[in-house]
Amino acid sequence: MAGRLRQRVRSLWATLRSPSVHFSLGFLTLGGFIAGIIFWGGFNTALEATNTERFCVSCHEMYDNVFEELKPTIHYTNRSGVRATCPDCHVPHDWTDKIARKMQASKEVWGKIFGTISTRERFLDQRLRLAQHEWARLKANDSLECRNCHNYDYMDFTRQSPRAGAIHERWLGSGERTCIDCHKGIAHGLPDMAGVPQG
Amino acid sequence: MRALLRIAVVLALLSGAFVLSAQDPESSAPAPAPTEYRSLDALRRGAPLEVEPPAPPMARVENRDLRRQRGWPEQPPTIPHAIDGYQVTTHANRCMVCHSRAGAEQFQAPMVSVTHFMDRDGQVLAQVSPRRYFCNQCHVVQTDAPALVGNEFLDVDAVISRQRER
Repeated sequence: MAGRLRQRVRSLWATLRSPSVHFSLGFLTLGGFIAGIIFWGGFNTALEATNTERFCVSCHEMYDNVFEELKPTIHYTNRSGVRATCPDCHVPHDWTDKIARKMQASKEVWGKIFGTISTRERFLDQRLRLAQHEWARLKANDSLECRNCHNYDYMDFTRQSPRAGAIHERWLGSGERTCIDCHKGIAHGLPDMAGVPQG
Repeated sequence: MRALLRIAVVLALLSGAFVLSAQDPESSAPAPAPTEYRSLDALRRGAPLEVEPPAPPMARVENRDLRRQRGWPEQPPTIPHAIDGYQVTTHANRCMVCHSRAGAEQFQAPMVSVTHFMDRDGQVLAQVSPRRYFCNQCHVVQTDAPALVGNEFLDVDAVISRQRER
């Protein structure tokens, strides 16, 4: 068995190492280049397609629960019409981090197939665990996804309420706290918060 | 009869305050002239039945963080800031993040008074009593909506000084 496998690998290696018989060098390099562009472009297009709100809410788990809860919040509708979509907060924008998150998300495909949160009750049962994942992620990356839009350096405290300005300066400015420490549940309903620090 | 009328007026004002409480707090645009909407009838606003009156402008929540004077000592203090998106549910209570005993120091917010820790027998509990849990039952934001009716309320200090003058 092992001998046959080794023989196969060896013959494949020999094929790969030997020069092409039928195809010209130009065809192979240019063809490889073009095929590379198509594959890479296709990969990225498919990746970006999974990185849209439309894709996220195409599953009823997202549409009926978290998307409904997002709608009345300021990140969905507000005076200036600038809004955040699901991946703005839940997927890192840098490519490497994005790929890492997308690989993690294969667990979500597993959950979808096996119906981990297929009903409202199941979702509520899992909500604390799922929320803790997101809080831990945002805590670990210093609320990177918040900071893609909200930058402390450009906050105008005179445009904030005195209370908000003072607290931002005291806790965020000193780096002792990050956005998610205080702003849990700004876009979705909260799970049972007993024992979860919120300030 | 007058007492009844007064109760009706207070009720109408309260319901008006609730209707108007969901606002965008940060917008600073001045509210347009309100006079034409001054009517106790919040739904019809004096318009004849066959006419659809234009909607009144939305009032804005005051967000100045300045505590207001109470009309009488037992009055639940009004909320001097916007509370949009604050979740007060069986799962979470956003108000108590700052106004709890533990949070007051961190956020320099006034702690809820000790009456909030008492059950109905006056027994002081470790945390806010369930009957005092839903803050908005008593505490409400204030808007810049014009008062629909005038009132002659005098606080107790004014009453006392009037008595003395006599």
